[in-house]
Amino acid sequence: MSVGIGHFLTLSAILFTIGVFGIFLNRRNIIVILMSIELILLAVNINFVAFSAQLSDLVGQIFSLFVLTVAAAEAAIGLAILVVFFRNKGTISVEDVNQMKG
Amino acid sequence: MSIDLNSGLIALAPELVIVLGAVSLLMIGVFATGSGVRIVNGLAVAILIFAGALVILMPTDGTAFNDAFVSDSFTRFMKILTLIGSAVTLVMSVGFAKAERFDKFEFPVLIMLATLGMMFMISANSMLSLYMGLELQSLALYVVAAINRDSVRATEAGLKYFVLGALSSGMLLYGISLVYGYTGTVEFEGIAAAVTNGEERQLGLLFGLVFVLAGLAFKISAVPFHMWTPDVYEGAPTPVTAFFAAAPKMAAMALLVRVVMDAFEPLTSDWQQIVAFIAIASMVLGSFAAIGQSNIKRLMAYSSIGHMGFALVGLAAGTQAGVRGVAIYMLIYLAMTLGAFAFILAMRRKGGNFENISDLAGLSSTNPLMATALTVLMFSLAGIPPLAGFWAKWYVFLAAIEADLYALAIIGVIASVVGAFYYLRIIKIMWFDEPLGRLEPVQGELGTVLGVSTVFTLLYVIVAGPVEAYAEVAARAFFAG
Repeated sequence: MSVGIGHFLTLSAILFTIGVFGIFLNRRNIIVILMSIELILLAVNINFVAFSAQLSDLVGQIFSLFVLTVAAAEAAIGLAILVVFFRNKGTISVEDVNQMKG
Repeated sequence: MSIDLNSGLIALAPELVIVLGAVSLLMIGVFATGSGVRIVNGLAVAILIFAGALVILMPTDGTAFNDAFVSDSFTRFMKILTLIGSAVTLVMSVGFAKAERFDKFEFPVLIMLATLGMMFMISANSMLSLYMGLELQSLALYVVAAINRDSVRATEAGLKYFVLGALSSGMLLYGISLVYGYTGTVEFEGIAAAVTNGEERQLGLLFGLVFVLAGLAFKISAVPFHMWTPDVYEGAPTPVTAFFAAAPKMAAMALLVRVVMDAFEPLTSDWQQIVAFIAIASMVLGSFAAIGQSNIKRLMAYSSIGHMGFALVGLAAGTQAGVRGVAIYMLIYLAMTLGAFAFILAMRRKGGNFENISDLAGLSSTNPLMATALTVLMFSLAGIPPLAGFWAKWYVFLAAIEADLYALAIIGVIASVVGAFYYLRIIKIMWFDEPLGRLEPVQGELGTVLGVSTVFTLLYVIVAGPVEAYAEVAARAFFAG
């Protein structure tokens, strides 16, 4: 059995779904949410690279490099916001992000 | 292959001004002591105005960076709106900065970087430039939302905005990757050509379209991706909320129009259904959910959700009249929103700023001028003729009816009537409830913004002709070929 484009797409769809569920079903820790976001972005990268190889077109791989760069910046900002939140609140549990309701 | 860099750079002139300006202001902010914040703020406003003047005075039609960046009449119209939104927000933040110890020079710099991202979003002509512009804007906005880092509410708002924003970026990217896979290109024209030439509609491409639209709907806070809006509006400092309500909406709406009218133009019948659904859901939720709100910033959040729904009615029509309607709607929404937030920033008594609607009781007898201004703005937001808000709705509903979308137009009118209730409630509280005491005198810049926006909404009929003509030229950018 050879590994084709279908396998890559399935893998990335599964990773993407795990990432989305990780954000919504997770009730404990905001760090887990940050990890889920990274998982989503990496799933997208697998998609891009797989399509790029399939189409023999370089744009997909270039796009995935841009995504990696932005993901790094995003993680840095996310952790920074998490740190200031922790300083004010003293916890990073998801259930305690509840000052405003609506 | 040779790249004509010079002609590209001329199309980029306003953006280059903002890049250089933001970087130099960062340096000035770091090294200036004492009154550095005010200098940076003033210079930032000046640079934004200068960029706006460049957009108006040096109109260049063309593309740059191998078609990744486009400049035409529509991008100019939306860029001017965005620049007005950013510049006015910075002007309004001066007094607040003094009173609430909000004087951080990073604020104007971040606003400029966000504005830069928005201008790239508006001019995006490929999925790659779309994504980079969107992320430049989003990353700056995440920080701006949490800029008041000693406040639990502001940091919580920033955290919520970050998590949901990152999720929406992820969905957008997943959509882009599917579109790339099924069309083989990331450029808008290439995507349109590939979709037209393909034999049949592919399921993967439709999935991609849905994910892209979902990601963009988040940025204009349309239902069902609106969850962040009320919390972020309430938690963030008021000048930041004013900025969120004004500038990013313009850019994201322009981007949405560009994506569906250019890249997915051959799939009109498919995205029309999605946009119509989002429009209906936003209008209805915006109208009903706002009724129970007591915090005026939260109320404005639901109001903005509803207004984005109305603007999308024009887009759902998918015609030139529809795009013209969206452009006019965004212009009038910008004027009304900036006026409303100038008023919210001016809501001060001795104890500081207040945000509860009930505290406005009897304002008509203590501050009659302010009460009159807010009354005009609220009537306009509710869409009472002959104020500007009515004409905004008129153009989009007209476009929907011309495109035979009767159900959409009727639901829109009903939602508009329901929505009028909570705007009228504010007017009732101001004019018929027992007075609570005078407000502190309004600062000059807030008074000016409030006055200008009130006069604009009141006398819109006079300038309706030129505005309509300009919006018509903007909308024609999509229908020239």
